[in-house]
Amino acid sequence: MSEFLQLLFNGTALGARYALVALGFVIIYRATGVINFAQGGLLALGAYLAYALNDTAALPFALAVVGAVLLSGVIGAATERVVLRRMVGQPVFAVVMVTIGMLFILEQTITSIWGFEALNLGDPWGVQTVRAGDVVLATRDLWTIGLAALVLAAFFAFFRFSKLGVAMRATAFDQEAALAQGISARRVFAVSWGISGGLACLAGVTLAAGPAALSPGIGAIALIAFPAMIVGGLDSPGGAVLGGLIIGITQAMTTGYQDDFFPWAGSNFAAVMPYVVMVLILLVRPYGLFGTKEVRRI
Amino acid sequence: MAAAPAEAPARAAEMLTVRNVEVVYDDLALVLRGVSLEVGDGEIVALLGANGAGKTTLLRAITGLLDIHDGRVTKGGVALQGTRIEKLDPPAIVRRGIAQVMEGRRIFAELTVDENLRTGAYTRKGRGEIAEGYARVLDLFPVLKDRRSSVAGYLSGGEQQMVAMGRALMAAPKLLLLDEPSLGLAPKIVEQIRDIIVEVNAQGVSVLLVEQNAQMALGIANRGYVMETGRIVKEGAASALLADEDIKEFYLGITGDTGRRSFREVKSYRRKKRWAA
Repeated sequence: MSEFLQLLFNGTALGARYALVALGFVIIYRATGVINFAQGGLLALGAYLAYALNDTAALPFALAVVGAVLLSGVIGAATERVVLRRMVGQPVFAVVMVTIGMLFILEQTITSIWGFEALNLGDPWGVQTVRAGDVVLATRDLWTIGLAALVLAAFFAFFRFSKLGVAMRATAFDQEAALAQGISARRVFAVSWGISGGLACLAGVTLAAGPAALSPGIGAIALIAFPAMIVGGLDSPGGAVLGGLIIGITQAMTTGYQDDFFPWAGSNFAAVMPYVVMVLILLVRPYGLFGTKEVRRI
Repeated sequence: MAAAPAEAPARAAEMLTVRNVEVVYDDLALVLRGVSLEVGDGEIVALLGANGAGKTTLLRAITGLLDIHDGRVTKGGVALQGTRIEKLDPPAIVRRGIAQVMEGRRIFAELTVDENLRTGAYTRKGRGEIAEGYARVLDLFPVLKDRRSSVAGYLSGGEQQMVAMGRALMAAPKLLLLDEPSLGLAPKIVEQIRDIIVEVNAQGVSVLLVEQNAQMALGIANRGYVMETGRIVKEGAASALLADEDIKEFYLGITGDTGRRSFREVKSYRRKKRWAA
């Protein structure tokens, strides 16, 4: 039982990070109809910004994280403004290629500034743990879950109740009708990218914290958040969070129990598991758990 | 003003002036060929025309929504109370006081009625004013009162039309554009909608009413225009248009002698005698 709880906790922490990234994907997809492949790059850049603010600018860690989240938001919005706005009305294929190109640009920029070596993010959590019965709770995982829960709750409150949140949903549903109400689609796009950038940064920070260390490759997590988004449904923010948790927990369980049940599958089957889950769920529900049938491109 | 037809009644100050507007889609399809139209302050003006005549395109030229349909105003201009607006984007035009109810209602079906109405007030500032406008909309559409928290997509067609109109009114417009508000609604609901248009107009909102239902539109309008293939082919006082033989035949389905309309006759008639501007 304690092993199960341990895996559940690890999986939830992992899933919280996926949820943050997947939500970022969904927000941009809903607003603009584009899957932003540069999300992983934004995530890595966000983590490096936190590192730079903490290490180079000598800010306290908490302040560095807040600063990095805000900066990432600005960078996200600026990316939309400078690059993607010019692509409005172009074929989806072209827009997707642009985001892939941006991913490479971001990754190269990071390595040219900070190099390839693993860095210590400078978080105060380190390898500390808290014991709850037989379960070992890593401090950074507790913070990850707490921060993610807080940020997600704030986002959903904003999305549900604020004027801009309602405008975002209206624009996602019918861009022309939203424009006819005087809702600026450009503003919605920019805000979507901004929020997405901030979420990616937070995911990056929680991922690079503690023993994991900061390296240019952390953006690869976006590839696993991708099935999380698909599982939840491309256009469902709530689905993204749930999808993230499902994938995270499944991965942790696979790591823990694989040797007992299917050792023949190789030693690192957990890495494949998200895609197995994705395929299985898509077979039953082709639009994801909460996706709408008619996924529109505007 | 000299070009205005003699039968047009004297009008107050101009609210909307469309001058000689030409609209091209995708750089090649000329859809409006020099349309001019005016809405006076406090007027209800009806715009009639068959499908494809260019009525919706004209509304888009006024509201700035041509852009996302790859359309452009290539000639002429649109002015609201004397200020040119054809170069502004839709949000700026809404802020200047033009709201529209789009064809097919286009409510946000996933949002609640309350949220739909609030999107209409997006360009407005001031909580008090918005709350006041909200109360006024609920007064106009009492049915919506109990349905505020319902998801708008589950409402009946008539109620959805009311949501669409209420949403437009939340912007506190000076000029309301209505694109076929009676489309697909039961006659009883059409009557209700008509009465509400009259009431909104009585509260000081000028109205440009695009309709296929000529009886309803001309019944409440001060003046009317008829569009065909991108041109205004007839204009005049609503009463004069109601009495016009061509309008009777095409829009009201009444011919002089038998009181019935034969489609075969209409076709040959159209071939022989087009309404030439």
